[in-house]
Amino acid sequence: MNLELIVRVVDVRKVFGLVPVLDGVSLEIRAGEAVALLGANGAGKTTLLKILATLLRPTRGTATIAGHDVARAPEAVRPLLGVVAHGAWVYDDLTARENLKFWATLGGLDARADDVTAALAGVGLERAADARVRTFSAGMKRRLSLARVMLARPRVLLLDEPFAGLDQRARKWLEGRLEALKAAGAALLMVTHSFGRELGVADRLAVLAGGRIVLDTARGSLGADDVQRLYAAHAEDAL
Amino acid sequence: MVKTLGWVAAAALAAGLVMAFGVAPREVTQGNVQRIMYVHVPLILASYVAFVVLALASLVYLIRRDAGADRLAHASGEVGVMFVGLGIATGSIWGKPTWGAWWTWDARLTSVAILFVMYLGYLLLRGTIDDPERAARYCAVLGIVAALDIPLVHFSVYWWRTLHQPPSLMKPGGFTGSASILWPLLINLLAFVVLYAYFVARRVRLLRAEAEAAA
Amino acid sequence: MSYARRALTVAWKDLAVERRSKETLNALVFFSLLLLFVFQFTLGGDRERLAAVLPGVLWLGFVLSALLALGRTFLVEREHDCWEGLLLAPGDKSAIYLGKLAGNLALMLVVEALVLGLFVVFFDIDLGRALPGLLVVVLLGTLGLAAVGTLFAAMTANVRARELLFPVLLLPVQVPVLLATVKATEALLLGEPLGAVAHWVKLLLAADVVYVVVSVLTFDVVLEG
Repeated sequence: MNLELIVRVVDVRKVFGLVPVLDGVSLEIRAGEAVALLGANGAGKTTLLKILATLLRPTRGTATIAGHDVARAPEAVRPLLGVVAHGAWVYDDLTARENLKFWATLGGLDARADDVTAALAGVGLERAADARVRTFSAGMKRRLSLARVMLARPRVLLLDEPFAGLDQRARKWLEGRLEALKAAGAALLMVTHSFGRELGVADRLAVLAGGRIVLDTARGSLGADDVQRLYAAHAEDAL
Repeated sequence: MVKTLGWVAAAALAAGLVMAFGVAPREVTQGNVQRIMYVHVPLILASYVAFVVLALASLVYLIRRDAGADRLAHASGEVGVMFVGLGIATGSIWGKPTWGAWWTWDARLTSVAILFVMYLGYLLLRGTIDDPERAARYCAVLGIVAALDIPLVHFSVYWWRTLHQPPSLMKPGGFTGSASILWPLLINLLAFVVLYAYFVARRVRLLRAEAEAAA
Repeated sequence: MSYARRALTVAWKDLAVERRSKETLNALVFFSLLLLFVFQFTLGGDRERLAAVLPGVLWLGFVLSALLALGRTFLVEREHDCWEGLLLAPGDKSAIYLGKLAGNLALMLVVEALVLGLFVVFFDIDLGRALPGLLVVVLLGTLGLAAVGTLFAAMTANVRARELLFPVLLLPVQVPVLLATVKATEALLLGEPLGAVAHWVKLLLAADVVYVVVSVLTFDVVLEG
C-alpha cells in the first residue's frame, strides 16, 4: 500500500463570527487510506469537509492536499477532488444521463457514453437513466451524485454521509467502488454521525468533538458496538 | 504621520477658505454665491482622485490579494462618495440662484450623477457581503468594471448633451480666468486632496484595526 | 478544445433547462405583454407622441426584460445546490461565463424579437428600411447588457437583497449602452441610414469589447467562492 501523505490538516481553526466551530483540528490521510470522521450534529464535520473542499477558508492553521494549500492554491486542489456533500448537484429538468454528461464535460473529462451508462448501472439507476431528475427520490439523487464522483476517478474523496439513503444493493456497490478507489491510491474522508456500513471501508476512525479531534485510531477489528462505546466515552469527555 | 496630515489639511483648508471667501474678488454677475465654486470644483476633482485610487487599489488587490490594497479601495470609495455627494450639493446651491435650477441633465452633471450612483452601488455591495475576503474580491471586480466604464459614460453623455460651463481649468488652451481666481482655486484643490488623504488614512487605520480584532 | 466544449456544455445545459421548464421564457413573455398594455394605456392615443417616445419605450421594455432574465441567470444553480459544483469545476471558469453569456444572449434576443414584433403589430409601426440597422443596434446593445449582466448576476447570486442589488449595480454601468441604443434607434426609425449613427455603433462595439474582455478576465475571481 502506498504510504504517501495526501491530506494534511494542521491545527485548523474556523470561527464563524464569534463562534469557534473548529478549534485546532489536525488530521492526516494517506494514499489508499479511508478515514471515517464521527461527530454529533453541529460538531463541525461538514465545516472541516468544506475547508478541505476549498469551499471555506480556515481562520487559522493550514490544510494541504497533495502538497497544495487549500486556501492559497484552491485551483490546484480542485481537479483532485471528488465531493459528495449535502447538495446533490443535479438539475431537475435534465435526465440522469444528461446530468452526468454535463458534470463530466464541465470537469474536463472525456466521458464516453458507455462510461456514463456503466456509472448509472453501478448505482442502480440504469432504468431511470433517461428520466428527468425532477421525478427522483432523495435517495436516487444521492446515488446520482455518487455516480458523478465515480466517473471522475478523483485522488481525494470527500464524502458527507455517503451511505445514507442507499438500499442494500447500492451499499454493496458503493463499498466495492470505494475499496477499488482505495486500492488505486485515493484518499477518502467519510463524514458521518452514525456507525453504519462506512466503518467497513474505513481504515481509521476519528472523533470530532468540542472543535478538536479527540480520538484517532485504527479501526482494526472494532465492531459497531465497540465504536459506539468509544465514541460515547470520548465525545462525553470533550464536552 | 496621519496626525500631521490632519494638521496640514486643516491649515490648507483654512487658508483656502479664507482666500475663497475673503481674498478672491466678488464675481460681477453672479455675486457672492459664486464663491461656492472654490469648494464645489475641488470637491469634484478630489473625488476623481478618490476614484482613480479606488480603481488602482482594486487592480492591485486582484493581482496581489493584498488586504491593505482592499482597505485603501474601501476607504477611498467611502470618502469619494462623500465628496461627490457634497460636490453635487454645492453645485446645486450654486446653480439655483445663478442659473435658476437645482439640476439640469447636461453632460457634466449627468456624468457625475452616474459616477455617484455607481460608487454608491460599490458601497452597497460591500455592505451586503459578510465574508470580508469575498467582499474584497467582488468589490475589486466592480471597481475595475466601473473605472473602465467611466470613459464610455463620459463620451456617451457628452455626445448626448453639452450645456455645462466649459471646463476652465482643464481646457486645452490653458486657464483663462485671472490669477486672483486661480490661486484660491488651486489652494482649495490642494486642501481638499489633502483632506481626502487624511480621511482615507484614518479610515484605513480603522479598517485594519477591525480586521485584526476579528482575526 | 476542452475550453470550448465546457463553454458549449454550459450554454447547452441552460438552454435545455429553459426549453423544458420554460420558467424564464414564460415570465418574460407575460412581462412583455404587460408592458405592451401599460405603454398602450399611457401613450397609445396620440400617434405623434408615441412616435417621439417609441425608441425610449422600446428599449425600456428590452432593459426591464433583461433585468428579469439576467437576474435569474444563476437561479437554477442556486435552487438545485449546483453552485458549489460550478465553484469546484476545475479549469478556467471563464468558459462557464461564455456559456452563460451565450445562453442569456439567445434568450434575450428571442424575447426582444417578440417585443419588437408586438410593438410593430399593436402600435402599427413601419420598420421598413430601418430593420437591418435596427438589428445591428439591438444585437450590439443586447450583448453589452448581457455581458455585464452575466458577470454581475454571478456576483450577486449568493448575496442578501440580490433582487435589489443586481439592478442597482447594473443600470448605472449600462448608461452608455442605453444612450447609444436609444439614440441610434431614434435616428434609424426617422429614416437615417446606419452610417449616420456610426459613432453610436462604434461606442457600442467598444463597450461590448471592454465588457466581455473584463468579464472573461475576472470571472475566475468571482467564482472562487
